Amino acid sequence: MKSTSLVSISDLTHEEILYLLKCAGYFEQHPNHKILDGRVVATLFFEPSTRTRLSFETAVNRLGGRVIGFSDAASTSTSKGETLKDTIKMVSNYVDLIIMRHHLEGAARYASEVTDIPIINAGDGANQHPSQTMLDLYSIYKTQGRLDNLDITLVGDLKYGRTVHSLLMAMPRFKPRFKFVACDELRMPAEYRDYCDKMGIEFSESTVFSPEVINNSDIIYMTRVQRERFTDFSEYEKVKNLYTLHNSMLDNSRPNLKILHPLPRVNEIDRDVDDNPKAYYFEQARNGLFARQAIICRALGIDPLSLHD
Amino acid sequence: MTNNKKELAVAALKDGTVIDHIPSAALFKAVKILGIENMDKHITIGFNLESRKLGKKGIIKVSDTEFDESTLNRIAIIAPHAVVNTIRDFEVADKRAVTLPETVIGIVRCPNPKCISNNEPMSTRLHIINRDPVILRCHYCNHTINGADATLV
Repeated sequence: MKSTSLVSISDLTHEEILYLLKCAGYFEQHPNHKILDGRVVATLFFEPSTRTRLSFETAVNRLGGRVIGFSDAASTSTSKGETLKDTIKMVSNYVDLIIMRHHLEGAARYASEVTDIPIINAGDGANQHPSQTMLDLYSIYKTQGRLDNLDITLVGDLKYGRTVHSLLMAMPRFKPRFKFVACDELRMPAEYRDYCDKMGIEFSESTVFSPEVINNSDIIYMTRVQRERFTDFSEYEKVKNLYTLHNSMLDNSRPNLKILHPLPRVNEIDRDVDDNPKAYYFEQARNGLFARQAIICRALGIDPLSLHD
Repeated sequence: MTNNKKELAVAALKDGTVIDHIPSAALFKAVKILGIENMDKHITIGFNLESRKLGKKGIIKVSDTEFDESTLNRIAIIAPHAVVNTIRDFEVADKRAVTLPETVIGIVRCPNPKCISNNEPMSTRLHIINRDPVILRCHYCNHTINGADATLV
């Protein structure tokens, strides 16, 4: 296997996605397979993100690799005016893989063009966050036993939520049926609706988080409606509680339904849902570890399944 | 050329290039792309001329100059219907439409202020995702922009 960067979920073929899911499944069974012995990985977090960084660093550590890096650009030469290119070139001399998060959109793509070391994008502004998408796909696959022909409902901020956009872009070959639930201000952008039309993906839209929508879903993917997304705060006050999921709303839902959320949540999922077996968001975050172990191996050109055999 | 009285009314050209069918709104961007501000040749720029196709159009005539293919094709971003006439000894020696490249590098600015290409010393890179009307997508941040609204680097 050749080493390769992962900047966007669209860098992956359908077959590669399936293979990564298989690898994630393997790592769930063997989380401490030390196949990165002697490898050094840099986690460059120009923008802080505790959750994603800890997940990636745990993944490297469990695979037996070593981690160097920083979690805040303020302590680096970036604060002295060093360009991203120079930072990447410099770090490339030391490590086998760079995992980076940056507040500027397209930073990871650019980084992958200035170095021969593989880059994993751990989030570039509002643009891409492919490891989140992989863990979402793995969570769906694990809970439903399949990825095809599922009823997937996306709720909340469908306009700015990059996780829902990436998930949507990753799904077409699996022929999902989408339901988009959002207020007009946060409606799924035309670009993604057009994409669904082009790819022949069925979808419906609703401004109401109704029992009908809930009871006809295999997956409900909740997202946070952020106050700062609204130009008119009175509009935010009007809609902020319209898309909150309460336990009682799940009474007549499908037995296989799972509730996903990229976290952190604020009040879009009531605490009373947490004990319902259909709540899956904490396990979902745990799946991130296995999905990231799979992504790291791909980036380094290591095939864990062949090593295992 | 002799049968085109409108063009002759502006200026007859012995040798050089005439770029026609530029939407008026795009004319001064085209001037910038061609870099003719700094040339010492005879140059005629027509603005807000009548056009059946475009309503108002612009036209640029530059004497004793033939532009290279890549420069002319940049004009396609803002004026996809522009026509380039190469004039030799008062005759139209060549007449052709501009053609859009697949990717434009270092020509159009990405409209997203949070894009890496607006924050690093680097060339912008946008892909043409639709030809008529022209729509470009940033190679880095994936933002899209209409060719007509494009800001040049």
